Amino acid sequence: MSALSTKHLISIKELSIADIETIFNTADNFKEIINRPIKKVPSLRDITIANIFFENSTRTRLSFELAEKRLSADVINFSASGSSVSKGETLIDTVKNILAMKVDMVVMRHANAGACEFLSRNIDAKVINAGDGAHEHPTQALLDAFSIREKHGKVAGLKVAIIGDILHSRVALSNIFCLQKLGAEVMVCGPITLLPKFIGELGVRVSYNVREALEWCDVANVLRIQMERQAIRYFPSLREYSLHFGINRKLLDEVGRDITIMHPGPINRGVELNSDVADSSQSIILNQVENGVAIRMAALYLLAN
Amino acid sequence: MNTERRLIVPAAQLQIILERLCEELVEQHGTFENTVLIGLQPRGTFLANRLHQILEKRIQAPITAGVLDVTFYRDDFRRRDEPLIPSATHIDFNIEGKKVILVDDVLFTGRTIRAGLDALLDFGRPERVELVILVERLYTQEFPIQPDYCGRRVNTLDGEKVVVSWKETAKEDNIWIFSN
Repeated sequence: MSALSTKHLISIKELSIADIETIFNTADNFKEIINRPIKKVPSLRDITIANIFFENSTRTRLSFELAEKRLSADVINFSASGSSVSKGETLIDTVKNILAMKVDMVVMRHANAGACEFLSRNIDAKVINAGDGAHEHPTQALLDAFSIREKHGKVAGLKVAIIGDILHSRVALSNIFCLQKLGAEVMVCGPITLLPKFIGELGVRVSYNVREALEWCDVANVLRIQMERQAIRYFPSLREYSLHFGINRKLLDEVGRDITIMHPGPINRGVELNSDVADSSQSIILNQVENGVAIRMAALYLLAN
Repeated sequence: MNTERRLIVPAAQLQIILERLCEELVEQHGTFENTVLIGLQPRGTFLANRLHQILEKRIQAPITAGVLDVTFYRDDFRRRDEPLIPSATHIDFNIEGKKVILVDDVLFTGRTIRAGLDALLDFGRPERVELVILVERLYTQEFPIQPDYCGRRVNTLDGEKVVVSWKETAKEDNIWIFSN
């Protein structure tokens, strides 16, 4: 019997509310541990974990690696650049070769939606999705909701606005599923070109006006403008985006409500978020990073169970 | 499956055992100036609380106490049928150079205490560690671990389970043996 209802962590959509609660309660314990003088426990001493990143990442990869090391797992890292992937090796072959070296769990990020799901059906090891295309990024959503719960004491009943590039964002989709399961109300806000056409069918409010979103919400989760994914132009210029959708101190003061500001990182300072907001006491951005390690420890621990 | 249970220590007798354990602790630790009590989660904390209350009343001074969860240090993780659910750890004091009294209700295989020692050492280097156990099951230890203070020693069969019930969660303080 496992502590979670799923064998892999591919998406928030497949998690039950009880699963999310279990992950949060376990993460509470790990958060206490990572604030001890000795931040390490021997739980996963006999487990080997491969971090396979086909896409760039700083925070997520470091966070997973730190979580794995704090649980005493053995860790191997793999990134697509400089590997045999560039020689034409397929995903399954690459991963099967890694697993032949006796690896128990795989943490994978891939540019294509569904890559982790595909992998989980074809290999024996447990798979954790660290982001697949514009589909899901479950651990990010869990740590976001965990940070909201920590700041506000609850998630249910809160109003959360997700602001920015929703179209290319796996964080947005995972956040919507996670927050709705926990009973929060969700609004998405951004330029019309960066909002998927039928996003409203997920049961979220839709706004094209950032001031309206801020006047409504208790928590604003501001997403990064993903320039690397925008082959065509979705808005005229970064300056124009910043003028219409950027969040700065002046705008927040005019709205005049004590809104919690979140950002999954990396921030484009001066584009979606100004420094006078990102570094203010309203922002819990660095708490999110700290909680990320605790949440990932909890997910790894519970899946290894 | 029929479960039979028999009472081995009734409430009045359990109270006498608690008082006696406290007398023994006071004999060794006097004013508890450099000594701390740490209960092992989840069930050792009831005993630790009880001892803590009696001791503070007895010596008329505050005694430092905490609770320690050993879930992440266990060696039977992934070998069990049921998942291990962790509890909280609260040790908001320094154990460096202190005399630590670990408290648990039942000593069976000794694996929980082994994990407890590992977990404890992550908080610092205590001067000395002692163990208080309410019920020691005889001839079942799988590690060279013995209590320094022991409430009751019992002979049990394989498949039997010793359970201490406390007023906090049951009707009264009792020690039971359950057998299938």
